[in-house]
Amino acid sequence: MECSQGLARVLIPAVAGASKAVIVEGLEKRYAGRMVVDDISFSIDRGECFGLLGPNGAGKTTVLRMLLAHTPPSAGRIEVLGYSMPGEARAARARIGVVAQEDNLDPDFTVLENLLSYARYFGIKPRAMRRGTSALLEFAALEGREGARIHELSGGMQRRLTLARALVNDPRLLVLDEPTTGLDPQARQLIWQRLRSLLASGRTLFLTTHYMEEAERLCDRVAIIDGGRLVAIGSPHALIGEHVEAHVFEFTAPDLVSRAADLARLEGVHIERVGETTLVYARSPEPVRAWLSGCAGEQYWYRPGNLEDVFFRLTGRDLRDR
Amino acid sequence: MPLGGRYSIPGRYAWPVWLRNFHVWRKLMVPSLLGNFGEPVLYLLALGYGFGRMVGRVGQISYIEFLASGILCSSAMTAASFEAMYSAYTRLNVQHTWAAMLATPLGVEDVVIGEILWAGSKALINTTAILIVAAALGLVGGWTALLALPVALATGLAFAALAMIVTAFAPSYDFFMYYFTLVLTPLLLLSGVFFPLAELPHGVVLTMQFFPLVHAIALIRPLLAGTVPQQAWLHGGVILAYLLVAGGVAVWLFRRRILR
Repeated sequence: MECSQGLARVLIPAVAGASKAVIVEGLEKRYAGRMVVDDISFSIDRGECFGLLGPNGAGKTTVLRMLLAHTPPSAGRIEVLGYSMPGEARAARARIGVVAQEDNLDPDFTVLENLLSYARYFGIKPRAMRRGTSALLEFAALEGREGARIHELSGGMQRRLTLARALVNDPRLLVLDEPTTGLDPQARQLIWQRLRSLLASGRTLFLTTHYMEEAERLCDRVAIIDGGRLVAIGSPHALIGEHVEAHVFEFTAPDLVSRAADLARLEGVHIERVGETTLVYARSPEPVRAWLSGCAGEQYWYRPGNLEDVFFRLTGRDLRDR
Repeated sequence: MPLGGRYSIPGRYAWPVWLRNFHVWRKLMVPSLLGNFGEPVLYLLALGYGFGRMVGRVGQISYIEFLASGILCSSAMTAASFEAMYSAYTRLNVQHTWAAMLATPLGVEDVVIGEILWAGSKALINTTAILIVAAALGLVGGWTALLALPVALATGLAFAALAMIVTAFAPSYDFFMYYFTLVLTPLLLLSGVFFPLAELPHGVVLTMQFFPLVHAIALIRPLLAGTVPQQAWLHGGVILAYLLVAGGVAVWLFRRRILR
């Protein structure tokens, strides 16, 4: 990506300090005796993109809140950028950028005023900030929109502005809670592109997401949590290799679905039924293809195993908010 | 503003919160001033001239002079309370402005103290406007009237801190009606804003001494008339005690509500 001098300033490499951006050890959170986060440990390297995945109510947001010292942990140790949390929250948050799930841009302010007033929360005076705002607006693809009110911006623009706002303090670590939820594919692509360029500049990214594709594309490593417990951690590639077969056939044709049980007898094949669909997981595709050649004309869908399969394998397919 | 150092004075970083609210107010200044200052001035003129003719004098001063100091105090109370309830609640729960602030180095105490300081400032803005009108109408007895402004600020801060306690419990906007109906309206009617406290039963007078509005009036009424208030330290002390205790409780309550 070609970038101007201003943009390059937004993307300057982060200075290295402690080798880990985040260290979490034995983290626990209880609400009224209920264990919401149960003995979670992980660490994030500097410059890494780390994704936290899990169904609704798994404890993602609680972990994130504890990292930012918005919730005191019931037990465990948290260190963020070398600062102990929640004790040194003020110093740590001065070096963190946060993109929250809920839109909280200031509706009473214009685009530019949002950046300037937010910078002031970090102790950055408008005169010092003004030099940086054009680079941030370029980064957010909002050039020429300085004077626009927030309600005049589309959802994608608002999200980009929120991301730009999170950069006013030139943070070492960015914490993003479902950064692309509710965005259209174009808007999502642009956010991904920007997040990648932030990674390239040496910043650390910590994000939660519901989109497995997003995690697979962006994250160096992901952690999957369910019921407050860490169920898996590793690179998306390694997790796929470890937990699911490499080849997936999806059947919806009634004829295939009714006969799919035959396949279960094959070596290295695993079958799952999800409503009207049958998923055939196979270590090698040939036996399934051979079987399918006997069912000429029937439609099926073939794809490689992905992180979503891992997710379902580890957390199940039940709805969590029923 | 140095960041990351050891935390010393609570609310040391409240300034950007105050400034944010000030900048928004400046954009919407005209309707805001009209609402918060136009209404008390209308009351002053209508009641002052209407009742004034019937009542004549209250002690040493005319009824409209008596009323001017009362309305100045009560408008400090209402302006600060309104801001610390409806507006602060909007920033907390509707616009999520607080959440955005708390993602920065600011802490809950900075945001709460910043809101209290801002609500007190709105009380000061409104009472300043009313004082100017009162002076223009010839209802002010001397330069001591300028000392009414710091008292109005302190009164506004104390009521802002009290209102923030209510906001800390509020599940919705409707909740504020309880406080308005059960606390602020009785204070407005029974603290000597519209008629002298002495007209009320002894028990009521005594009860009202436990609330700050009576003490604000006891200070501001003589100051506007151009004389020095008696027992000024006692009255000032009650107002400051309310500010400090209610402010501390509000910070504690919000920490409990937000940092769950």
